[in-house]
Amino acid sequence: MNLSMKWLKDFVDIDVSSREFAEKMTMSGSKVEKYTVEGEKLNRVVVGQVLAIDPHPNADKLVVCKVNVGAGEPVQIVTGAKNLTVNDIVPVALDGSTLTDGTKIKKSKLRGVESCGMMCSLGELGLSASDFPHAVEDGIFVLDEQNYSLGQDIREVIGLDDVTVEFEITPNRADCLSVIGLAREVAATFDKKLTLHTPEVKARDNGSAHADFSVTVAEKSLCPFYSARVVRNVKIAPSPRFIRERLRAAGLRSINNIVDITNYVMLEYGQPMHAFDLHRIDGSQIIARKANNGEKIVTLDGIDRKLSENNLVIADAKKPIALAGVMGGEFSSVAGDTTDIVLESAIFDPIAVRKASKEQNLHTDSSFRFEKGLDKNNCIPALNRACELIELLGAGEVCSQFFAVDSTDSHVTKISFDPDFINSFLNINLSRDEMISILSKLECEVVDGEVVVPSFRPDLKIKNDIAEEIARFYGYNKIVSTPLRGSHYGKYTDRQRFDQKISATMRALGASEITTYSFVSPREYDKILLPDDHPLRKSVVISNPLGEDTSLMRTTAVVSMLGVLSSNYNHKNETAQLFEIAREYIPNDNAADLPTENHKLIAGFYGYGIDFLHVKGICENLLDSLFITGYDFAACSDVAYFHPGRCARVCCNDTLLGHAAEVHPAVLENYEIGTRAYIIELDIDALFGAADFDIVYKPIPKFAAVNRDLALICDKCTPVGDVKKIIESSAGRLLEKVTIFDVYEGKQIPKDKKSVAINVSLQSESATLTEEQINSAIKKIIKAFEAQNITLRS
Amino acid sequence: MQTQLKNIKVEAEKEIASAKTPKDIEDVRVKYLGKKGALTAILKQMGGLSSDERPIIGQLANEVRDFIGERINASMKKIKKARLDEQLSAEKIDVTLPGVRKPLGHKHPLSIVLDEVKEIFVGMGFDIVDGPEIETDYYNFEALNMPKHHPARDTQDTFYIDENTLMRTQTSCVQIRTMENSEPPIRIISPGRVYRSDAVDATHSPLFHQIEGLVVDRGITFSDLKGTLETFFQALYGQGCVVRFRPHHFPYTEPSAEVDVQCFSCGGRGCRLCKNEGWIEILGCGMVHPVVLKNCGIDPEIYSGFAFGVGLERIAMRRYNINDMRLFYENDVRFLNQF
Repeated sequence: MNLSMKWLKDFVDIDVSSREFAEKMTMSGSKVEKYTVEGEKLNRVVVGQVLAIDPHPNADKLVVCKVNVGAGEPVQIVTGAKNLTVNDIVPVALDGSTLTDGTKIKKSKLRGVESCGMMCSLGELGLSASDFPHAVEDGIFVLDEQNYSLGQDIREVIGLDDVTVEFEITPNRADCLSVIGLAREVAATFDKKLTLHTPEVKARDNGSAHADFSVTVAEKSLCPFYSARVVRNVKIAPSPRFIRERLRAAGLRSINNIVDITNYVMLEYGQPMHAFDLHRIDGSQIIARKANNGEKIVTLDGIDRKLSENNLVIADAKKPIALAGVMGGEFSSVAGDTTDIVLESAIFDPIAVRKASKEQNLHTDSSFRFEKGLDKNNCIPALNRACELIELLGAGEVCSQFFAVDSTDSHVTKISFDPDFINSFLNINLSRDEMISILSKLECEVVDGEVVVPSFRPDLKIKNDIAEEIARFYGYNKIVSTPLRGSHYGKYTDRQRFDQKISATMRALGASEITTYSFVSPREYDKILLPDDHPLRKSVVISNPLGEDTSLMRTTAVVSMLGVLSSNYNHKNETAQLFEIAREYIPNDNAADLPTENHKLIAGFYGYGIDFLHVKGICENLLDSLFITGYDFAACSDVAYFHPGRCARVCCNDTLLGHAAEVHPAVLENYEIGTRAYIIELDIDALFGAADFDIVYKPIPKFAAVNRDLALICDKCTPVGDVKKIIESSAGRLLEKVTIFDVYEGKQIPKDKKSVAINVSLQSESATLTEEQINSAIKKIIKAFEAQNITLRS
Repeated sequence: MQTQLKNIKVEAEKEIASAKTPKDIEDVRVKYLGKKGALTAILKQMGGLSSDERPIIGQLANEVRDFIGERINASMKKIKKARLDEQLSAEKIDVTLPGVRKPLGHKHPLSIVLDEVKEIFVGMGFDIVDGPEIETDYYNFEALNMPKHHPARDTQDTFYIDENTLMRTQTSCVQIRTMENSEPPIRIISPGRVYRSDAVDATHSPLFHQIEGLVVDRGITFSDLKGTLETFFQALYGQGCVVRFRPHHFPYTEPSAEVDVQCFSCGGRGCRLCKNEGWIEILGCGMVHPVVLKNCGIDPEIYSGFAFGVGLERIAMRRYNINDMRLFYENDVRFLNQF
């Protein structure tokens, strides 16, 4: 809401600096976004009169003018404008002046003739033809003002000296979407008197002229109040300057006197108004009814709109003439040839207006106000104000007859007045009278221990609302600050600490944390080669996305990681080692349940010679740091986006923890990653389930371990992990550790075989091992090998 | 014998002096003091001496033995020291050569700031609670006193899944779930991702992070709200941080406030950073609306509380002088490595 300070002064006598005004209003709850001093940038632009216009000696298209600018000699100005005549009153930018857009005007020579300034167009003053309808836009702005003196600052003369204050009005305060509503807040904030004006309409009694006109409200719940008046012999013309100025300050364009008056009253009273051309209303009747399904209306913006039966329309005998509360129809709108009009001032159901405005994607100053809920007691004063202005401007003859259909109840909100509650709730100490005094400034009277809420404040409903009114005028910042009391302690949960541990370990292992969007485009699933019927394609779908990129909630955060690896690769970053603790969103078969949100650790790597075994090592280090034991890596070739020969499934006691893998080359190509990349994906819930934090100290062994190296020959295709498992399951309880330290294929080894070198470490807690014990363990291992067709290398 | 001993002394001394290596010294030691050494041989002959001579020769022999021993030790020390010096000087390296490094992972700047915020609140007795990002309309709006078609919903452009399911627009839904499931006193913060259908630019993102807090107990007042948040901002921005509370409106709190921090750059005088206001809007808060408490089965006549919400990106951008929100989500390693 933009407030003209000049307009405000119709209601409150306020004289403070703009900065102080903004500061105090902000602190009493009407947040000032900014204030703009009109013509602030204009400097040394004055009123001048053209004394003479002579041809330019060197240019046919230019003329040389003598201009009287008050004090001193007339100045010589060269211009190319065609619309000047001698004696014209014009804005003159003197030598050294500044225009609205910051342009500096300096004395200069134009084709050899000195020009000591510039005569300005509307645009150069930051104005348009809607501000001064008599003027042209493509020439010099010739003033038609009567009150001026030559040399006077142009801003004073043409009324370009208002200050506009832009307020952020919260949705609960529709009353403040008006000059009067804000004036009420200003008066309360600065402790000034609010002077309201009661419109006076003279109105001729010419009832017979419209005896056949009628208003019917068919949908009383959607239109609880409807009022209208007829105006005859309308003369459509431009508005007077004060209306144009004030509309401009509010950010509206001047159209013509009738349209401007409806806008003016909307801004002043907060009550949207509409004017219909009476002769375009079929059957001389106005009906507030629901639209018929498929019914159409061309609105003022020229758009043909299909209506639904939920829409409330204002209709005549045959057709809708307005989408109620949103926008009028083009056909029945006020035009240059309009002679008789109907002025509407009504209350429409906020939800209906809001729905219609959303459905039609049509947000207007009118719908913006109606959808917040307006005061029906404001309708008649606003209607009368419009009629008063019409009479004031001589724009038409207002008929005396009123049309009003009132289906509202005359409920008055009363809230019990509880000073003790307010004092203790806010922790302040105001007397009852001090509170009453604050409330009375807001026109809230306390009667019989109850606050009587004025109808323009529907936001006041309960005692907390009253407390807020007291607080904002007492001053939020005067309320003391106290620390919280009580013996409450705060603590991270085990799970939260687990996440922290994962993050810390990953960082220690060299990976940096990333944060990615959780929505994806369906194209990402193609890029990771998911078959059409793959379950991961079944995503939570956003019904109103911003675009394809935000249309699905990801079912796998691997795509987010691949996107980040790709963008790093394409930015020529040599390596990326990244991880994210990410959510994945899995729809539930039972649509009534919310989707499942899985917590995943996704790590991604490329560059610096990182290969599968590095990544596996990172994974193993992480699992160790999380106190997960007995995990197992097994070959896995069924993950669409991973290299089928370089992917390990990570399990712990038959629970799938995730995968560590090289990314499928075709996926790399789809993501334009020109090097091998690796991914770890682990389910954090599964990790948490597998982790054992019950650490019990085990004494450090007193007796040294004994190491034996074994060199084996086994089939090439036998995973060394299997070899290790054979030892683990056969060596007996003395086995402390098995380490594979070399795998060799080539010379001296049969073609389909490989040699595996293993160190076996044996240890006892109770004694130094004897040769016999050691040999027995090794024998058991060898026996187990033989059963698997694995031989010792001779 | 005395002469023999004197000769041994002289010769040993000479040999020790000319020894160059520890082995030379060791050889001298063996030659004179070893089992088959010269001095040992003399001592062995002592038995043949008269009882008059024995103490004299004995004493002399001991003196020579000690003398040689000491010389050997001293010389050994000297040689070892010389060798060590030689080694040390030979081993000198160029310490300006690059170190052998392991890659170091970095925390995301949003996590750094979030962890700090969490720590402050945990220190003030708050628990940290998490909840679903895909929420029902009830938890995101209705329970928070924003029934369907409430105009305040317009301030939070919402991604909908279907009529009753949406991407949460704030983390207050976690507070509702917490109030439903626990008894006061409640002291929680709920950080997390929130979603608004705002197109991406330098200061907007369809996804960002919010930290919301809730306190419910007997006798919680507006003063407690102010005290808690002032403490938070002082912990976050330093003791000198100045904040102000300004009336505002949220459907779920009453009274409601916005908190501004005095501009760090101009100290409140007004500059470009604070759009000439001297203050920077940073947080929304208020006393929990009685309807919200009632919706969660908490009796507003017995309990009161306050709630607040603050954007994580905004704090992080200010902290690190980051001028474009998109950097947080692009995850370029040249960005990440700076934190």
